Amino acid sequence: MEFRYLPMTETDKQEMLDAIGVTSTEDLFSDIPSEVRVNGALNLKKPKNEYQLKKELTEMANKNVNLKEYSSFLGAGVYDHFIPSVVDHVISRSEFYTAYTPYQPEISQGELQAIFEFQTMISELTGMPVSNSSMYDGGTSLAEAVNLSAAHTKKKKILLSKAVHPESRAVIESYAKGQGLEIFEIESVDGLTDFNQLEREIDGDIASVVIQYPNFFGQIEPLDKINNIIKGQKNVMFIVSSNPLALGFLTPPGEFGADIVVGDTQVFGIPAQFGGPHCGYFATTKKLMRKVPGRLVGQTKDENGVRGYVLTLQAREQHIRREKATSNICSNQALNALASSVAMSSIGKHGLVQMAKLNMQKARYAKERLEKENVEVVFQNPFFNEIVVKLNAPISTVNEHLLDKGIIGGYDLSTAYPELKNHMLVAVTEIRTKEEIDQFVKELGDING
Amino acid sequence: MANQDFPLIFERSKEGRTSYSLPDLDVPAYDIENELEEAYIRKNPAELPELSELDIMRHYTGLSNRNYGVDSGFYPLGSCTMKYNPKINEDVARLEGFSHVHPYQDPNTVQGAMEMLYDLQTALKEITGMHEISLQSAAGAHGEWTALMMIRAYHEANGDYARTKVIVPDSAHGTNPASAAVAGFEAVTVKSNENGLVDLEDLKRVVGPDTAALMLTNPNTLGLFETEILEMADIVHGAGGKLYYDGANLNAIMGYARPGDMGFDAVHLNLHKTFTGPHGGGGPGSGPVGVSEELVPFLPKPVIVHKDDKYMFDYDRPQSIGRVKPYYGNFAINLRAYTYIRTMGAEGLKKVSEYAVLNANYMMRKLEKAYDLPFQQHCKHEFVLSGRRQKKLGVRTLDIAKRLLDFGYHPPTIYFPLNVEESMMVEPTETESKETLDGFIDTMITIAKEVEDNPEVVQEAPHHTIVKRMDETTAARKPILRYEKA
Ligand SMILES: Cc1ncc(COP(=O)(O)O)c(C=O)c1O
Repeated sequence: MEFRYLPMTETDKQEMLDAIGVTSTEDLFSDIPSEVRVNGALNLKKPKNEYQLKKELTEMANKNVNLKEYSSFLGAGVYDHFIPSVVDHVISRSEFYTAYTPYQPEISQGELQAIFEFQTMISELTGMPVSNSSMYDGGTSLAEAVNLSAAHTKKKKILLSKAVHPESRAVIESYAKGQGLEIFEIESVDGLTDFNQLEREIDGDIASVVIQYPNFFGQIEPLDKINNIIKGQKNVMFIVSSNPLALGFLTPPGEFGADIVVGDTQVFGIPAQFGGPHCGYFATTKKLMRKVPGRLVGQTKDENGVRGYVLTLQAREQHIRREKATSNICSNQALNALASSVAMSSIGKHGLVQMAKLNMQKARYAKERLEKENVEVVFQNPFFNEIVVKLNAPISTVNEHLLDKGIIGGYDLSTAYPELKNHMLVAVTEIRTKEEIDQFVKELGDING
Repeated sequence: MANQDFPLIFERSKEGRTSYSLPDLDVPAYDIENELEEAYIRKNPAELPELSELDIMRHYTGLSNRNYGVDSGFYPLGSCTMKYNPKINEDVARLEGFSHVHPYQDPNTVQGAMEMLYDLQTALKEITGMHEISLQSAAGAHGEWTALMMIRAYHEANGDYARTKVIVPDSAHGTNPASAAVAGFEAVTVKSNENGLVDLEDLKRVVGPDTAALMLTNPNTLGLFETEILEMADIVHGAGGKLYYDGANLNAIMGYARPGDMGFDAVHLNLHKTFTGPHGGGGPGSGPVGVSEELVPFLPKPVIVHKDDKYMFDYDRPQSIGRVKPYYGNFAINLRAYTYIRTMGAEGLKKVSEYAVLNANYMMRKLEKAYDLPFQQHCKHEFVLSGRRQKKLGVRTLDIAKRLLDFGYHPPTIYFPLNVEESMMVEPTETESKETLDGFIDTMITIAKEVEDNPEVVQEAPHHTIVKRMDETTAARKPILRYEKA
């Protein structure tokens, strides 16, 4: 068997063994106690040559229904958006994708500068002065924000809106167990966080309030009103999870008094890829700069006064502070942050506004058409690119029917909200055409009779 | 281009240039400005750059030229396993049937993706000797925390709330104690002995009824195999604790030994190290967790099951620690690892470890005269040198690292592990040829000579890079973390 990644020849091997002074490579493993040595070969599938393996894996890929062959109305946190061609060309440059974390700034200025630019773009979008270099994804980034709020305020109670993505809430719950935090959920009313309940439950013992904007149902939460309640208390932090594409059109959370803004940049240049890798972002105030989890890139100068970039404020991080670090994160999502930077650069200042609006307009068209077909659109607040419809049949049945028509239907809300039986969360992005929307509406109308 | 700063993308921007080509507005234009309250409509557009498509390509191509990856040259960064990233992996990850699949599609429409995940789990079980694998964790540190939360849940399920401590060796990676803290444990340190191995006497001293787990890499971060692993397992298990394996160093032992057989109860793997996931300039990674039978009920949910020829997600896991990440982990990195395992097979993976260890020992023996070698036994896939001899001559390990840049190499990991003075941690990996190793060895010996004959040339390095040493102090004291328009 030939192994194209292994350059060792028999001659090399012999020369190296001689230099070490052993007779076989077995001698180098003699320190492993015989009781724990593997006897015989591991039981793995037979390897395949490059051509055969690609063929097999292509067949495996073809077993999946994909978003490029079907027209999809599925979102719920992962969206099918236009990805400019430049994105993949840039991230395929192996000086980027085969590099490690930029520990040696003199030969890593490319990556460092790209991250610095990413931080700037996130800061611009969110209206927050500080952004880190990325987190694993929007969900874990939100959980880290919650942990930070507890550490910073030295309090243990969190108010979490139920209109936050259910899987992000689940991740928060898991992290909270580690830190001994108490999570109190705020119900939603008519698709928005229950304002009255929030007002009743907030007090000085609360570390932070967590809101999603636009929320999981696509509705735009009234951040100014929520912020007023929060700021009426002492030392309660405001955490907002936000789809950064929506911030092309919506007032950023930073302008409404948010202390931490997080989310996922999957909407910019990152394919759905069955849920990952995507790319979390984490933005905050200057005050919290030295408590941010993860890596930060800062601008500085070299010995000759030439501008350059370095990893900075590392005293927050695990490799310096160990158990006292603000987070355990080490590897992050650098390449995906680069993909998002390239996409944001390509879409650009005006393109972003246009793209956000296209989403809103197409979603409004879908809403109007559905209502004309007597499909009930349940929440009537201002929204971004998602709406909730109530149908006469279970969503799983509806989606099976849609699939036969070449359509991937929306998210079945009853999986996370048992009270929302027969409710579908429908996402309409800029790439859906009028014809696709019309057909989708017609199918839903037909199903509803 | 030497000694010049490189414009930021924002500085290349010019009002009126575009590079976007958005889908048409083929529906009526709704008056959204009037629909929303004014306070919710963004006043000033986010200052993203305005460039043509060629401008963008020139910018990022320029940046890539100011970067260094494995495809650029030798990258012996210890603990990071900077091996070659196969190109078929990249092609497979870009197949539309994998890249454009939504996590909330009906499982019947993603059977291929689920089959891959299931198959990968099966392979990783065999390679590690663990009972079950979860692919949900996004990176090594995330896997550490996931497994520690499971260990915590296990103890609590036994009504044992007294196990508040996690033991880590002084040579452990920083994420180990940090993950312990995030999982709500107190990290306590166990010392290494004069052979660079965990001091069993010290272990006996720190272990007790408050021990939740001992976290260990084997081979450890010095690249040395913990030969007394079975005794250690007995000590920890005897006290009721669990044994945790940091799999960052699995590249040394594939097909030779398995954490499961050594008595480990939980492991994480770094698919972006051992299994060729590209590091991407810092990520994304994937940090699957493997567990012994006892810990299976606590795995993150959902778990993929295979029944009646169908793959399904099982959410009915009452003792699960819950979700650690939205969706099902970093699928596209898992896919690359799977492609690699299917390329290498059992024989290939064993050769990987054989050659990784041979390469490391060869380099170690060639360098032990020029630099101090604190531990004399054979190493595994990496080794640690000390620059204390050079330090006496006024040259620090940092200087040696910077001097290597002048010769076109990425330096080894420096100042880690912490228990060796002026440490340099060298991990050649199996994908490097003898000629490459010899070139690096010669350079290291040349630098050692320079330290004796002409220390300034090392102290003042690098000389040939596009920028010189950076003022990191000012960067931290007066942080500039984003671009501001002048
Ligand atoms: C020994 C060891 N453990 C854990 C980690 C953490 O892995 P990750 O960076 O994927 O979180 C690393 C990598 O940096 C490592 O070298």
